[in-house]
Amino acid sequence: MAGGVLDRAGVDAVLNDLDEYAVEEALRIVEANSPTKEAGEASGHSITLISMGPERATEAIRKALSMGADDAILVSDPALAGSDALATSLVLAAVIKKGNYDLVLCGTESTDARMSVIPAMISQRLGWAQLTFAGKVAVNPATTTVEIERVTEFGNQVMSAKFPALLSVIEKINEPRYPSFKGIMAAKKKLITTMSLSDPGLSPSEVGTSAAWSAVKDALPRPPRGAGVKLTDEGHGGEKLVEFLVEKRLA
Amino acid sequence: MSSVIFLVDHSAGKISKAAGELATYAKSIGESVAVIFADNAEQIASQLNAFSVDKVITVAGEWDKYGAPAIAEGLAQIVAAKNPAAVLITSTATGKEIAARVSVITGSGIITDAVSVDKELITTQSVFGGSTTVHSTVTKGVPVITLRANSIEAIPATSAPVIESFAATISDAAKLAPISSATPVVKGGRPDLTEASIVVSGGRGTNGDFKPVEALADALGAAVGASRAATDAGWYPHSNQVGQTGKTVSPQLYVAAGISGAIQHRAGMQTSKTIVAINKDPEAPILEIADFAVVGDLFNVLPQATAQIIARKG
Repeated sequence: MAGGVLDRAGVDAVLNDLDEYAVEEALRIVEANSPTKEAGEASGHSITLISMGPERATEAIRKALSMGADDAILVSDPALAGSDALATSLVLAAVIKKGNYDLVLCGTESTDARMSVIPAMISQRLGWAQLTFAGKVAVNPATTTVEIERVTEFGNQVMSAKFPALLSVIEKINEPRYPSFKGIMAAKKKLITTMSLSDPGLSPSEVGTSAAWSAVKDALPRPPRGAGVKLTDEGHGGEKLVEFLVEKRLA
Repeated sequence: MSSVIFLVDHSAGKISKAAGELATYAKSIGESVAVIFADNAEQIASQLNAFSVDKVITVAGEWDKYGAPAIAEGLAQIVAAKNPAAVLITSTATGKEIAARVSVITGSGIITDAVSVDKELITTQSVFGGSTTVHSTVTKGVPVITLRANSIEAIPATSAPVIESFAATISDAAKLAPISSATPVVKGGRPDLTEASIVVSGGRGTNGDFKPVEALADALGAAVGASRAATDAGWYPHSNQVGQTGKTVSPQLYVAAGISGAIQHRAGMQTSKTIVAINKDPEAPILEIADFAVVGDLFNVLPQATAQIIARKG
């Protein structure tokens, strides 16, 4: 069984908090299915971290490797600058397709761009099962199935699929481990493969700002909210508040 | 006139509040066309008569079992058949997944979490914790736009839309992850935090006593929120946390009681239409962004306001 973990958080070279949950969950899946071995160690299972971003993203990748992932792929190409969710998902899907993964785990939302649509786009592009917003994951390598509990604002759903499947995990799923000293030392020797766009067979015209599917007209600082009425409670503060609400037709 | 398709969210046979909001947006742009994925679609469709809806397209199928991937395929087929000016979807977890897939299938640009869209299909998004307003347009394909709930007040109307049924073909790839069981959120008496038009929140100033906050919320028919200080202290569930690491809300009215208004909290609520704050500290930053601020003890101000509201209702 091989799993890929996506990290799109290259921007600040800080492993995206939400992706740490995905790394942790991948480690737990491997550990649960290789009871006598340490994570990844000759267990027949491996975890690859896949990231897209500038070269400095390797710092974030080392952290995930020190948690216990086996190796990493970093797609780094000047043409990627300004890529939107559609372009990002195109690149990640192409990289995943080149590998031989059973499961791919992602965080639900990267903290730099609140799009949270990338997992769905990758799954659509690959034609893989989509098991997103997982609050619980159970993998059965013997039957090559994975079951999750999907947790959203409208309730929970249990759903399952055969490998290969694309998962996203929510923040509450686990408590990511701190890398051990041994893990940090081991991570220094782990392989990070850097790819350019042509490696997964893409061309610069398909990504980046020039290929953007939407255009920003302007981005303006929000005008400061002017302070409104301010009064000190002298016994009638609550009544005054209701008067204001009634005047605004809010009560 | 060009048509604008919007996806109707529904559960247990009832349309969501946001469906009326999408109808209002759609009508402001062109002919408003509602799409309902359900087997009991007529019953759901009739609830749209209370808004400006020109046409309803119903699609029968196993949507509860196959979820977003299947609905996205159906919706993409409708987009291909009708060639609308835009597709509007509510910004929920599932809504954004459907939008993402429709955008890939139809080769269209996508804009998520917009707080408005105008006649020219220029969207407004509030980013970086509400500190920056971004105006964008989709430049390729049929714009797929997800809109936050509560970003507009639904305009009531009386309409008798034409109802048309559409037969969608769902591929095996969209059926790879069937849903075997579903547990809806156990709804308390209060509205959902992100859907409520009024939110009353409590913070450090409650000292752990949320009773006056809840009482005012109930009198106003509001949801209850909490600051990070309050949830970290274990005074209120994390699921009710408003702020950068919690939920982002944008209600018509936000009442902040005993909340200082750190940037972290403001990021989650400063796009609220009207903000009311109650705080003992006259220097609390929340007072600077409030439309109406009371410097005082929430344990006096809130119960008085609650009693007054209940009295007014008679």
